[in-house]
Amino acid sequence: MKTKRLLATVAMLAAGSGLVACSSDEGGSDASNCTNSITKKDLPVVTMWGWYPNTQLVVDNFNKQNNEVQVCWTNVGQGSDEYDKFQTAISAGTGAPDVIMVEADRIPTFQIQGALVDIKKYGFDAVKANYSDGAWKDVSVGDAVYGVPVDGGPVAMIYRKDIFDKYKITPPKTWAEYEQAAQKVKDAGGPLFGDLGANVSALTMALQIQKGATPFIYDPAQPKAIGVKLNDQPSKDVLDYWGGLAKKGLVGTQDQFTPEYISGVINGNYATYISAAWAPGYLTGAGVGKGQDTGKFAVAPLPQWDAANPVQVNWGGSAFSVTKQAKKPDLAAKVAYGLYADKESLTDGWTNQIIFPLNLTALKDPAFIDLKVAFFNGQQANKEVYVPAADAYKGVSYAPFGQYYLDAMTKQISEVIKGSVTGSQAADRLQEDVAKYAKEQGFTVQ
Amino acid sequence: MTLVTEKRAPRAHNESRKIRGKVHLREHLMGWLFVGPFGVVFLAFLIAPLGYALYLSLFQKKLIGGTSFVLFDNYVKAFTDPSFLSGAWFVIRFSLVSIPLQIVIALALALILDAVTTLFARFSRLMIFLPYAIPTVIGAVMWGFLYSKGFGPLTDIFGLFGATAPDFLSSDLIFYGLLNVVTWQWAGYYMIILYAALQGVDPTLYEAARMDGAGRWQVATRIKIPLIAPALILILVFSLIGTLQFFNEPQILRFLAAGTIGSDFTPNMYAYQQAFSLANFNYGSAISFALGGIVFICVYAFLFFTRKRRSFL
Repeated sequence: MKTKRLLATVAMLAAGSGLVACSSDEGGSDASNCTNSITKKDLPVVTMWGWYPNTQLVVDNFNKQNNEVQVCWTNVGQGSDEYDKFQTAISAGTGAPDVIMVEADRIPTFQIQGALVDIKKYGFDAVKANYSDGAWKDVSVGDAVYGVPVDGGPVAMIYRKDIFDKYKITPPKTWAEYEQAAQKVKDAGGPLFGDLGANVSALTMALQIQKGATPFIYDPAQPKAIGVKLNDQPSKDVLDYWGGLAKKGLVGTQDQFTPEYISGVINGNYATYISAAWAPGYLTGAGVGKGQDTGKFAVAPLPQWDAANPVQVNWGGSAFSVTKQAKKPDLAAKVAYGLYADKESLTDGWTNQIIFPLNLTALKDPAFIDLKVAFFNGQQANKEVYVPAADAYKGVSYAPFGQYYLDAMTKQISEVIKGSVTGSQAADRLQEDVAKYAKEQGFTVQ
Repeated sequence: MTLVTEKRAPRAHNESRKIRGKVHLREHLMGWLFVGPFGVVFLAFLIAPLGYALYLSLFQKKLIGGTSFVLFDNYVKAFTDPSFLSGAWFVIRFSLVSIPLQIVIALALALILDAVTTLFARFSRLMIFLPYAIPTVIGAVMWGFLYSKGFGPLTDIFGLFGATAPDFLSSDLIFYGLLNVVTWQWAGYYMIILYAALQGVDPTLYEAARMDGAGRWQVATRIKIPLIAPALILILVFSLIGTLQFFNEPQILRFLAAGTIGSDFTPNMYAYQQAFSLANFNYGSAISFALGGIVFICVYAFLFFTRKRRSFL
């Protein structure tokens, strides 16, 4: 009898504490559960979500240098994990942080729902000169500015020097050469040459844009009208090309950023890794380029379709936006402008190749340009590859329903990998799918 | 007859009715008092959300044009939506294979453990039940790593025989990959339920059967299984509902196999995607209700058929 009562009490207490735990957890909007510790406790606090590998350092730097406001940081997940949580908070009308890290291609998605604040009136002029016009364009919708640029993602070809040396190949300059080199390595019994990951549809989109595709034509001045062109010839060509490489067994079809893929990169299962300038930061964080792997990586410009007319593209790259739920948008804007903008944070970002900075003080710093990147075995990666790629990047118009588009694309790429459709067919299906969704959402599709 | 009695003793009847009414009221109050806490929680956390979801499912919110009342349009859309239909078809197919498999394994294990009474049997019982004690999420993560071609044990085991390991996360084998995870997780739990039911069977029946010359096999099939039929039906209903609402395992394995497991892999995942990543709570609610309808139909049909069959057992 006694034990029973004891058990009941324990159970009730457990249930009670569970309820308490639930009520105190408001998904990061609450300043009491920061990942970082705030030392200047009497200052107002601004909450922030972000997932850069060195966020802790960046936040500490900001808090140390600032005497007006302190940042409370939570990492609620990388990419779509964070966006899903933000989306839920938008729908709920509560629970969003004051400042949020978003990739440039998602800004229109949140802006169209009225979830972001135009930060132009909160000190834009003071920092305007720190970034290029192109960088501002990526975070703007019309005349309004919805984010402070932090980093860009110029895409290039990371490759294993040891594998290239072993099979006596030089970095391919065109996609035709890329395929030839892949065939050569395969014929010699070598590893896969690259990877077609279904979960990195944003990269596939960038590669389609490189060939000349314009997935979306969207002018926020006319928010109802959108051009959706996902099955034009360049889009089809790129999907057919990668589908073909996968079918011939020249590239793998592993999802990227997974333990499986990362371990494959460490083991030298892939000769190349087509990715953005921020990739090395994530790779080293996951253990690539360490131990026996040290000094085996190098980087070359992205292969081209037409070597005479090279086109550079961007994948990822992010900004800090102020959300509509921020109680003090002026303070939040201060944080957005100030985070990852001080020299120390930026320097840490680019020396460790975590970010490719968009801040001009870093971009024009000879130390940045001439940096001998440790991950690339001392190669001057910025000077040789990334800075020219970033300079030549022309900018893109993104869809206001980016999440749906990229999910739908993931689905089609996995069909291509399965071999149930060709790349061209996948492009047609994608067009049909996304155009239908756009219409359902009230857009007039051209 | 009644009229006569009422006429004969109207007062007494009324009085007794009054007293009975008082007792009734007190009983009612006590009843409500006991049910109250449960009722509040039930209303607040089950009925109210259900009602709200039903209400949401009758509207449509567009990025351009805002929210409008559309009545059953979302349901019409769901039942013509290939994503929803393919997901529903998948869970139905999955149920047809996974439930019988789990039940057969659970039943076999329960019968064996019931027949054998050694220390080893008790240890085995615990070990078979153990997977259920591991949260499904962690179980799924663990199997994701075990399936891995890069560092899972499968590659080494198959390598010993000079063969390549099957990739259970590929689109061809994901069905079996998930089947294994689910069976591993739940068979032990069902085994415990069946084992408990077996413990409730009167042992004198076995003795009587043995005296009539029944062997162990006959005791099992003619006595034990028919007597635990209610428990079998219970776990069948549990597993049917659970499998049709399949969510945790594919959602976790999705991170390791995003290409294979799409966001619309099962209806529940599709509802989740619509609601939480595309902010379409209206359609998400409609999908959930449509799924609820499918679950209801399947369970009803199952109970309908087993009711008939039970008389044969």
